[in-house]
Amino acid sequence: MLLDLITSADPALRDRALADACRGLDANALLKECHQLDEFRRTAENLYDRVRAIFFLSAIHRYHLPEKLATEASGSISFPAYENLLGRRFEEAIDLFLTEQESQGASDAICSALASAYHQLAFQTLADQVRKSVRTVRGNQWMFRMGHPADHPLRVRKELLQETQNLFPVLRERTPVRMDLTHSAWSDIFFLGMDYPEGARVINVSIDLAVHGRDDTPQPPVEAYFRVIDQPVLRLTSIDLKTSAEISSLSEVFDFAKDYLGLLKAAVIASGIVPPGIEGSGESLDDLLGKIVGEGHGIEIISSVNNIPKGSRLAVSTNLLAALIAACMRATGQTQSLTGELTEDERRLVLARAILGEWIGGSGGGWQDSGGVWPGIKIIEGELAGETDPEHGISKGRLMPKHHVFGTDEIPESARQALQDSLILVHGGMASNVGPILEMVTEKYLLRSSKEWEGRKEALSLLDQVLSALKAGDIQALGALTTKNFRGPLQAIIPWATNHFTETLIKRTEEEFGDDFWGFWMLGGMSGGGMGFIVNPKRKKEALGRLEEIMIQTKRELENALPFAMDPVVYDFAINAHGSFAHLFEGNEALLPPGYYQLSVAQLLRTDISKLSPHDRAELDQFALACRTQPHFDESIQALFDTLIPRAGDEDSSGTSLNELLQTHGFDREQHESIRKSLRDGRIGLSQNRLPASTRIKDVEEGDVTDYAGSEPTSDLRALGEKALSNGEVGVITLAAGAGSRWTQGAGVCKALHPFTKFDGKHRTFIETHLAKSRKRGQEFGTEVPHIFTTSYLTHGPTRHFLDHQENYGYKGPLHLSPGRSVGLRMIPTERDLRFAWEEMPQQTLDEQQQKMRDSLRTALICWAREAGEAGDYTDNLPLQCLHPVGHFYELPNLLLNGTLAELLTERPQLKTLMLHNIDTLGADLDPALLGHHLDSGTGLTFEVITRRLEDRGGGLARVNDRPRLLEGLALPNEEDEFALSYYNTMTTWIDIDQLLELFGLTRQDIVNDTQKKIAEAVRNVASQLPTYVTLKEVKKRWGHGQEDIFPVTQFEKLWSDLTALSEIKSDFLVVPRLRGQQLKDPAQLDSWLRDGSAAYVEELCEW
Amino acid sequence: MKISKAVITAAGPDQQHLPLQTLVSSSGETKTVLSLLIDEALSVGIDSIGIVIAPGTQHDFTTAVGDNIDSVTFIEQPQPQGFGHAVLCAKDFIGDDSFLLLVGDHLYLSQSDKNCMQQLLEIARQEKCPVSAVQATHESQLPYYGTIGGERVPNTTHLYETHCILEKPTPTEAEQKLIIPGLRAGRYLCFFGMHVLTPSVMAELENSMSKNPDRLPLTASLCAVAQSERYLALEIEGRRFNIGKGYGLLTANLGMALAGNDRDEVMETIIELIAATR
Repeated sequence: MLLDLITSADPALRDRALADACRGLDANALLKECHQLDEFRRTAENLYDRVRAIFFLSAIHRYHLPEKLATEASGSISFPAYENLLGRRFEEAIDLFLTEQESQGASDAICSALASAYHQLAFQTLADQVRKSVRTVRGNQWMFRMGHPADHPLRVRKELLQETQNLFPVLRERTPVRMDLTHSAWSDIFFLGMDYPEGARVINVSIDLAVHGRDDTPQPPVEAYFRVIDQPVLRLTSIDLKTSAEISSLSEVFDFAKDYLGLLKAAVIASGIVPPGIEGSGESLDDLLGKIVGEGHGIEIISSVNNIPKGSRLAVSTNLLAALIAACMRATGQTQSLTGELTEDERRLVLARAILGEWIGGSGGGWQDSGGVWPGIKIIEGELAGETDPEHGISKGRLMPKHHVFGTDEIPESARQALQDSLILVHGGMASNVGPILEMVTEKYLLRSSKEWEGRKEALSLLDQVLSALKAGDIQALGALTTKNFRGPLQAIIPWATNHFTETLIKRTEEEFGDDFWGFWMLGGMSGGGMGFIVNPKRKKEALGRLEEIMIQTKRELENALPFAMDPVVYDFAINAHGSFAHLFEGNEALLPPGYYQLSVAQLLRTDISKLSPHDRAELDQFALACRTQPHFDESIQALFDTLIPRAGDEDSSGTSLNELLQTHGFDREQHESIRKSLRDGRIGLSQNRLPASTRIKDVEEGDVTDYAGSEPTSDLRALGEKALSNGEVGVITLAAGAGSRWTQGAGVCKALHPFTKFDGKHRTFIETHLAKSRKRGQEFGTEVPHIFTTSYLTHGPTRHFLDHQENYGYKGPLHLSPGRSVGLRMIPTERDLRFAWEEMPQQTLDEQQQKMRDSLRTALICWAREAGEAGDYTDNLPLQCLHPVGHFYELPNLLLNGTLAELLTERPQLKTLMLHNIDTLGADLDPALLGHHLDSGTGLTFEVITRRLEDRGGGLARVNDRPRLLEGLALPNEEDEFALSYYNTMTTWIDIDQLLELFGLTRQDIVNDTQKKIAEAVRNVASQLPTYVTLKEVKKRWGHGQEDIFPVTQFEKLWSDLTALSEIKSDFLVVPRLRGQQLKDPAQLDSWLRDGSAAYVEELCEW
Repeated sequence: MKISKAVITAAGPDQQHLPLQTLVSSSGETKTVLSLLIDEALSVGIDSIGIVIAPGTQHDFTTAVGDNIDSVTFIEQPQPQGFGHAVLCAKDFIGDDSFLLLVGDHLYLSQSDKNCMQQLLEIARQEKCPVSAVQATHESQLPYYGTIGGERVPNTTHLYETHCILEKPTPTEAEQKLIIPGLRAGRYLCFFGMHVLTPSVMAELENSMSKNPDRLPLTASLCAVAQSERYLALEIEGRRFNIGKGYGLLTANLGMALAGNDRDEVMETIIELIAATR
């Protein structure tokens, strides 16, 4: 039956949502359908039929089958199958998982494994097809055949070899960027364009850009320069990233992540100068350049985006890649004309090469992104594959779309001017990773999820309306349409397209400009970065200034909650009528941009003058002349001086500030030095985190856990819990001291304050959600639940400020922040630990090119660690980014140390139990039945666990040397052991205050009297019984204009769950429903979290 | 179609002395490149040969032609203005006839029982349309040759309908416009340096000359002819030697010697040389 959704010729059936079709089927029927779909996908010849079947299988195992299985039976996942999955051997992994499903019966665990395997197989199949299409585009194929310099068919054009006074001519390609007037509803994803070409449509405008208030007039922002040089090397320079490299071997050209020049390298390869076919040939770059340019000569390529910030949603990178490729192609005779505009055929070829370049560089844009190569306003549409296309018979559409550039007879000058008079382009400053969004969109499209499918159809109809409004020059109507698109289809397809920051900006702009605010326009990907505001032209000038102020004010309010890469900026823009355009400069005119000389001249001036070549001398003379005569070189001498002699002072101020922070937050220098010594000596490290290999690790036995996943506790237990709640004996501790590294890849913002999703029509933060649960339980039991958020150096100030600003979200009960009392200083990792993490631990292998990028990046990071000094202090970042919390074990002792518990016990002496949970365990609440179980059992600590899914990695509940306890993944002697464990730790713990104090050797009186010395000693004593783990975390370093680098750093932790190893306190373990215990670690999980009922479950627990 | 005239271009600044070079033919005679070309042309029914030369070089060329001077007409190209211009200079000599076009810096060695010119002329006479001799060539050699795009004439093995001709195309252009079904990947049909053309090419050349009087290449006009009338390409069973390239003359001489009566002697000498220069 489900097969009909794929194979039927009837569009009504073929476009039916999978979810609707699954609704009436029980678990057995679904398993039968899965069997058929799996048979089908193994034999189907049509690529997209096959891929849809695989996506169906993934969705059924992720969303539909688990909810229909009788209970949350714990199932196990075999390690060999998991290893196949990591190694991208998806077929083998699926076969093994299916065999397990056959023998064990369907379980939540195996469903999660199959869902993941099918999901990855589907995207791999699609990526393989795009890769194949990219390679087989005519005009790209020869580059994969060419494997020896002697066979190189390209030659640099003679015009570029004509020296004048030792100066070679400079070829400059300038390219506008592109904006998408309709957002396109992500229809420019290659997979969609190839399966649904009639639905892949965008209105794409080429624009010149200037940063408002910084630059004079809008110019094509993207520039690529090409010239011949007198050395047999490839010299690449990125002016914006202030990086230059001289490459003398072919292998370096293919080493993309070694430096910031990956995009330039991809252009050199995709333009055919160093064709992809020669990778790994062992041939010499010198010979290759000799063939193309002539013996003893090389090529210099320079890129500049005139400091346009990253993440603008204007496809700056793709257009830069296209400009670089166009310049290289012109220079090597691959275009008819060396200068001027490109012909239509040449633009298409540049597009094909840019797609190839993005694939080679392991990145990926949409097919409209090279739109800047074309002039003016155009519609770009998917095209059906014809008989002569390589895609014919494989996919419905071609890889390459078609472009129609509108003439002034279609969109008059007046309409173009009206658009420019009303539209304000901005960069909100937020950094967002759109990769997961693109996967979600593809999956939802192929599943024909009903709401999203309707949204897609509506977006298509809106495009026609936008085009009509544009042709009519009715910008007010256009503004209404782009807003409708944003509010309707885009958020129907991806609810995360908007966020709290964007909504606040829109609201404030509406308040400020009233009816003169004509509309909001989402530029692409996600909002928060590049966006458009359409206003009455009479107020545009005023709006330019006000919007900047509104954005900066809003950013200041939210910068601790959301990841911003930079301060917001407003752009001036103008529609570009030429597309990519080249000029040739000769003699003294053959100048490069001033920023280039700050890098190159500084280098030349450091060289002994007698060693300078005639070309270097000529270059210096030319620069000196330009400084005297060219107005745009006015500030070059000062800038050069700054480059040669960097201003002193920055380092000191940053150093001082870091020292102050360390002192303020209780940094123990002595302990730090001792840890460093141990790390350097190899006594501690990632591999030493593990328990001895002789440790016996087994799954828990019956009786070790109480299973409440499938059955409720008895009514007596519930009554016991209800009574305790009514008496006000219970409080909640939410752990909110960590940085949430996975949430923002180490951006250093407070995860607790992130307005991550909409509940009841508003964006809600993690804190607000947790308070809403306590509020509801409080109201239910006629009491005010005390709620404590633990904080750290990183989160305390912002959380305090945020709660004050929000007036505690109207929470009436006692609300405390418990600040951290200790802090660590991050260290540069040792090569040994990096290699252990990357080479010895199981790793997910990536798709071919991405894996190459990752390997290259890791090699570069290992070099960085070696050069920066292994186990040295990590100080090359903002001071707060150099500190780290010392593990969540300390968060409870901090309550004792900082007086929070004393305060609580004083105001509520009846307090007996605390429920501790992670900030991202959104389903955790004061369930009276579970509380009743804890009280009845009389144990000190009752931990909640859930049945394991594939993604639940990092330890679990185990019998360690015959004693049940929670075991961290770091401590497992063998990765394989984890796969024998049925349960995963949720971290949610019911704590008996008195028994915990007893463990510490303390009494309530000690706490209330705040006997600091005794408490501190008690904490040290318990801490000393727990292991210290060395961990690697990611930290972001921001620089330049929206640039971000991610570094691995070493830190140390003691973890809460290790208390279960102590015999001095009794621990108990409860299996709870998955929706209660699961954690939201990564924004990429949000979509499935919303779809699988998790969000609805949480909302049910809340009272706003 | 009657083809009794041939044109040899030898006026290019880099070309002027090449046809005058001497070498030993397959039959063991010492001859100039030019006389070898003329001998072969005369042997296949050509009776009148126009040689396009630079001003002031006729004396040298007369000497190089040798005994067949009566069949030769010298035509001066006043300025070096491109290959097409050189051909256009022979317009009066050609009149309304079809003709065989050769370049003075190439020699040909057949690998069948018919010599290269004979293979080409037979097809031209049979098909009654312009035909260019071509050879399957690796894409790395594209910067040196004019290249055709088209498709095989049904039921033939070496004959192609020509749709497009580009001079020294990039491999990208070649892949987009010049792929020949049935040829190995990365190989294209490149000019062999030998064509049979009809007078219509002269009209195209004159047309192009009026647009760009400074420089007149031949390929663009051939492409225009191919797009207006039937134009074939014949894959010749033979080898061409471009004597203007590095060791071109030496290679041509070796090729001829190894194909002739003195093969063993030449091979022995080569082997001795290899051994002695180790």
